[in-house]
Amino acid sequence: MHRAELSAASTGASGGGATPGLPPHSGLSAAEKSQSRRVMRRRKLLTLAFVAPLIIFVLIAFVAPIGTMLYRSVYHPTVAQLIPETLAVLADWDETGEARPSDSALNIFTVELQLLADDRRSGKLAEEINRSLPGSSSLIKSSARKIKPLDPEMLSRDGASKLLAMQPQWQQVEIWREMKLAGALFTNDFYLTALDLMHNTQGDIVARDTQIYVKLYMKSLWIALLITLLTGIISYPLAYYLATAPTRTANTLMVFVLLPFWTSLLVRTTSWIALLQTNGVVNSFLQSIHAIGEPLELLYTQFSTVIAMTHILLPFMILPLYSVMKGIDPSYLRAALSLGAKPIPAFIRIYMPMTVPGLSAGALLVFIISIGYYITPALVGGTDGQMISNIIAFHMQSSNNWELAAALGSLLLGLILLLYWIYDRLVGVSNIKLG
Amino acid sequence: MQFPKYFTFWQKVGMHSLRLTAWAVLAFLMIPILVIVPLSFNAEPYFTFTAGMLSLDSDAYSLKWYAEIINDDKWMLAIKNSFFIGLCATAIATVLGTLAAIGLSNPVMPFQRLIMAMLLSPMIVPLIITAAGMYFFYTQLGLSGSYLGIIIAHAALGTPFVIITVNAALSGFDYSLMRASLGLGATPGYTFFNVIMPLIRPGVISGALFAFVTSFDEVVVILFLAGPEQRTIPRQMFSGLREQINPTILAVAVLLVVLSALMLLTIEYLRARAEKIRTGEI
Repeated sequence: MHRAELSAASTGASGGGATPGLPPHSGLSAAEKSQSRRVMRRRKLLTLAFVAPLIIFVLIAFVAPIGTMLYRSVYHPTVAQLIPETLAVLADWDETGEARPSDSALNIFTVELQLLADDRRSGKLAEEINRSLPGSSSLIKSSARKIKPLDPEMLSRDGASKLLAMQPQWQQVEIWREMKLAGALFTNDFYLTALDLMHNTQGDIVARDTQIYVKLYMKSLWIALLITLLTGIISYPLAYYLATAPTRTANTLMVFVLLPFWTSLLVRTTSWIALLQTNGVVNSFLQSIHAIGEPLELLYTQFSTVIAMTHILLPFMILPLYSVMKGIDPSYLRAALSLGAKPIPAFIRIYMPMTVPGLSAGALLVFIISIGYYITPALVGGTDGQMISNIIAFHMQSSNNWELAAALGSLLLGLILLLYWIYDRLVGVSNIKLG
Repeated sequence: MQFPKYFTFWQKVGMHSLRLTAWAVLAFLMIPILVIVPLSFNAEPYFTFTAGMLSLDSDAYSLKWYAEIINDDKWMLAIKNSFFIGLCATAIATVLGTLAAIGLSNPVMPFQRLIMAMLLSPMIVPLIITAAGMYFFYTQLGLSGSYLGIIIAHAALGTPFVIITVNAALSGFDYSLMRASLGLGATPGYTFFNVIMPLIRPGVISGALFAFVTSFDEVVVILFLAGPEQRTIPRQMFSGLREQINPTILAVAVLLVVLSALMLLTIEYLRARAEKIRTGEI
């Protein structure tokens, strides 16, 4: 923390208006001062010219996509594009009242519904409305089917009575209210869904009956926390051993930490599949020593997600811990022991507090990485070991509910940025070291 | 293990159990990677040790899964794609990242902390979010399903690593060398290639290696952006693991482990060299 603050303070001082290298009261003339300011400005521009290409590149290649995702999570023009005229007349209709919209509004709607039915887009409208009002899908689809062969001229004059004669459900206020609400260009519906909330018919926000996403966020947080704890517990003795071992031994053993670190993620996940599957190495071994009769179901469980991810993320904990422990002077612990402290309390009260910076850096890193993990849970997790990323991918690729995927992703992004900010406060992003 | 004479019995027990635990953790780290090596030579199409393999019967081992890689057009295309995309993305990331790191490490740089945080964010944001956002945005630009789109995406993911390593290499850099060179009449280009570059080369190369590995190992963005033409090795492994698991994947995995071992050696060599440059031995 101190290092990060110090570097910020020094940048602030030299980056400000004052000219570095010159004492404040150097007795310079006004012309000299302005010249030095000019030189300073030129140097700043030159520095900026070095950084600008990457800033522009990252803005286009990375920041803009993230921004698009945030925008997609609230922008939902589908319904507005499907029935623009109807929505225009519905704007004057009072949806809180008891009366359905006027016949003229219904006439316009029947004309638009016929157009949709002609281009086979009525199903899209049905799907959109059905999301907020279950059961309305079949109503819209069958109405569209029946309206399709009718004369458009007649519909624009007399569509309302035809529609109500075919399907009396159009008398109800709910369906019109849902259409009006779904027609808004910007919506918070997807965030509400992502938090297992919804608008009820009075327009208030209430909890949904089935809790899916909050539970999933909780499970992801829990899995990430479990992995962080496991990596911490497993890494501590190894890092301590490496830090206290002679340099030659430590450097040799470090290869065993760094080789997994450099090995492809897919390779390590493959290895865990080979180890854990029903006829895999672990089950065969346990059966051959008669520890178990039937093979255990290890793969495609939460257990396999946790163990594979712990293995994959272990180096991210070991490396910062090791580098902090390496810098701790062993004489503190020796002094405590020679002054009569018992070894274990001395270790806990003298040594461990000094390793907190490494531990917190590693823990935050592991937590941040594991909370958004996708590949390993997707391959070894089964249904039980899925995390929030997997449901985002599901909505992107299978259910095509991109707006919900974007809302879920934005919430996850908010969480990650919060953690990143904490990490920056605690460790300083500029102090990240690799290898 | 040698202990000082004043160690009590329990201290010796403690040290022994520490060593045992440390080795157990190292075994946990290494076994999953080592276990796939013999499995990739399995003559049977299984992911497990057969009785023949355990009795070291030479008939139980075979190289056929390695031959399979060479004979399969999909794998060969994937290997070609991985190297092509990786090298292009690395080139972009290294050039832009090195320039930016040089600018950022200069104390006169305004908003240094803010810009640093933004430039490092591709490393922090979960890949699934990056991939989803890129899918939305790149599709609008017509870049999805093209090599260019994937190269740009991977370059963006690789730049943070270049910034970090070059920044570290620059931490001991004396800016008066640059000013002296410019003051003595050298052009900025000459100064860059003949004064700055030799001093930060190890940092640049290890940053480039990190960027390459990032691209080489990346699969989430590929899943969202790539068409069948742009399938890479990890993408091919991913669908292999989901659809038909066969030991070809293990053979590819072993080759990748060999590749990462080579990269690790290179990185360690460069780090030792960078250390020597900093302490003035070279």
